[in-house]
Amino acid sequence: MLEIKNLHVKLEDEDKQILKGVDLTVEAGKVHAIMGPNGSGKSTLSYVLSGRDGYEVTEGEATLDGEDILEMEPEERAAAGLFLAFQYPVEIPGVGNMTFLRTALNAQRKARGEDEISAGDFLKLVREKAKTLKIDADMLKRPVNVGFSGGEKKRNEILQMAMLEPSMCILDETDSGLDVDAMKLVSEGVNALRDEGRAFLVITHYQRLLDHIKPDVVHIMADGRIVKTGGPELALEVENNGYADILGEVA
Amino acid sequence: MALAQVKQNTTDARLDALTLPEGEAGWAAEARADALTRVRGMGLPGRRDEYWKFTNPESLTQPVAPRAAIFKYEDEAPAFDQIERLRIVFVDGVFDPAQSDDLAMDGVEITRLSDAMAKDIHWVRDLYGVLETRGQTPVARPLAALNTAFATDGIAIRATGKAAKPIHLIYLHEDETSDAILHHLVKVEEGAEVTVLESGPAAARFNKCMEVEVADTGRFHHVRTQGRDHERRAATHVFSRLGQESTYKSFTLTANGVMTRNEHVIEMTGDDAVAHVAGAAMGDGASGDFHHDDTVFITHDAQRCESRQVFKKVLRNGAEGVFQGKILVKPDAQKTDGYQISQALLLDEDSSFQGKPELEIYADDVQCSHGSTTGAIDDTALFYLRSRGVPESRATDLLVLAFLAEAIEEIEDERLQDDIRTRLENWLERRRQG
Repeated sequence: MLEIKNLHVKLEDEDKQILKGVDLTVEAGKVHAIMGPNGSGKSTLSYVLSGRDGYEVTEGEATLDGEDILEMEPEERAAAGLFLAFQYPVEIPGVGNMTFLRTALNAQRKARGEDEISAGDFLKLVREKAKTLKIDADMLKRPVNVGFSGGEKKRNEILQMAMLEPSMCILDETDSGLDVDAMKLVSEGVNALRDEGRAFLVITHYQRLLDHIKPDVVHIMADGRIVKTGGPELALEVENNGYADILGEVA
Repeated sequence: MALAQVKQNTTDARLDALTLPEGEAGWAAEARADALTRVRGMGLPGRRDEYWKFTNPESLTQPVAPRAAIFKYEDEAPAFDQIERLRIVFVDGVFDPAQSDDLAMDGVEITRLSDAMAKDIHWVRDLYGVLETRGQTPVARPLAALNTAFATDGIAIRATGKAAKPIHLIYLHEDETSDAILHHLVKVEEGAEVTVLESGPAAARFNKCMEVEVADTGRFHHVRTQGRDHERRAATHVFSRLGQESTYKSFTLTANGVMTRNEHVIEMTGDDAVAHVAGAAMGDGASGDFHHDDTVFITHDAQRCESRQVFKKVLRNGAEGVFQGKILVKPDAQKTDGYQISQALLLDEDSSFQGKPELEIYADDVQCSHGSTTGAIDDTALFYLRSRGVPESRATDLLVLAFLAEAIEEIEDERLQDDIRTRLENWLERRRQG
């Protein structure tokens, strides 16, 4: 589904190389986790894949279902099925959460040549999905993420994911700022979306999120590269021994 | 040539092109003559005047109105057409009874100004030119005095109870060279309530003055749209005086127009009065020049009054925005609560915004705050929306709407809020598909 080959990325305004040849293939139906110390390039990878400004791809490629996504606008990537759950979801005062969700859903449908969803069907759908994530009517009415707690923001990300039904979901440190209960709720939301046609790339510092969202493959990223790949046991190794051991071993 | 001489010549040339109405009652002729004396004394505005530094008044003061093409609104529903209202139509500044509704309505008396000026109606006499005169100090507003002297038409409204429905003043523009001067009076009696709506370009050049007296516990609501006409010019003034526990709320939506200067002069003379003025303006220099100026002066002259000014402008393609807002708190106006915010969203580097917030406070127990910001679209928010599949142009419009929302929320009546919001969304959508 997602195929990244020899991806090199630098900051647009600075002569600073962040990704130095990332190779990664995520198959449909699988959950891949990327772990790694601060500054290893995990978040940059997620931003570059979703099309955020400020980065320059100097070498390599990234395709989603065979299509080159690096040439696409962010909205085209979304319509093609890519979704990034933000580490820091953005507050947008003045734009209602419901308006936002409906506009996004309809824009994607339109881009794919599908009919817009009717107001009634949309309402039914959003209420149903919100309920399982314990998002109340008030949160849906409020401006996007404004006044939301850390946990509410992350749940709101998962709600968007559930509504938009992307095929490739990237979760960027979705566990940061979550208490145990919120982490459970968010994980349940993610697990409910696990499906043969859908893949996940879960970026995290800690093993604990992976207790809830069980990965098929775990990658360790360091200094802009994937340095080690293994099964779920690799996450436990990080938890027990820290990154230093693994990195030492690789070096 | 000396500056004073230039001003004198400009004033003379403009006044020579106008004639005082005839056949009016003695008091009216006197009010006109007084106003003419005021204009001559002040002279028409020039670029060197403190309150015209950011706006060139030339096209508003020149003897003949610059030509303005007639704008076709074919693809747009008339403003407020979903709202049950009493319609009063002016075509190029002349009342048109044929297109207007019957002026009789429960809770209000409505008279055509030219009829009222021929009679001796006490509340008309006590209001016409009176608030305008008060509003001439400390800052001169010569175009308003000119209006009082020469206004040829207008409407006089007296609310004695709760008006059965809003009164909608519809200004149609059919003559490319029309130069309209309208003067309206609104008297809201004790405990009464009325809503006045306004829409339309009115003329190639429009000088409008409205005097609003709100008695104790009276409530006045004002919502207007200044439409999409690219070439129209307008100088408007609202002078109001507020009694005890009265309410005054005014909102203006503007899109396009070569030149717009909207002035509000509000005097709070009764304790516990509330005045909210708000404006949302969208200007696109690509459709023709766009210059929009909001000038507000609020005087607190009573205790525990609350005033709010919320002005937002979205500018692109070389559009120019101006805000001059003042809060004056007199020595006895203790417990004043004054708030003022003016913000501009510049969608490119060619557009500009000039803001001049002023506070002048002589009382010691007051709460006054003001803020002014100029900025671009928030890139992070834009990316967030796009990452969810919202195309860039649509995402920008959502953020534009969000930016203007605070001003629109100042409208109390939710139906009117919806009407304004829908209109704005349609304008944005039309531009997107442009």
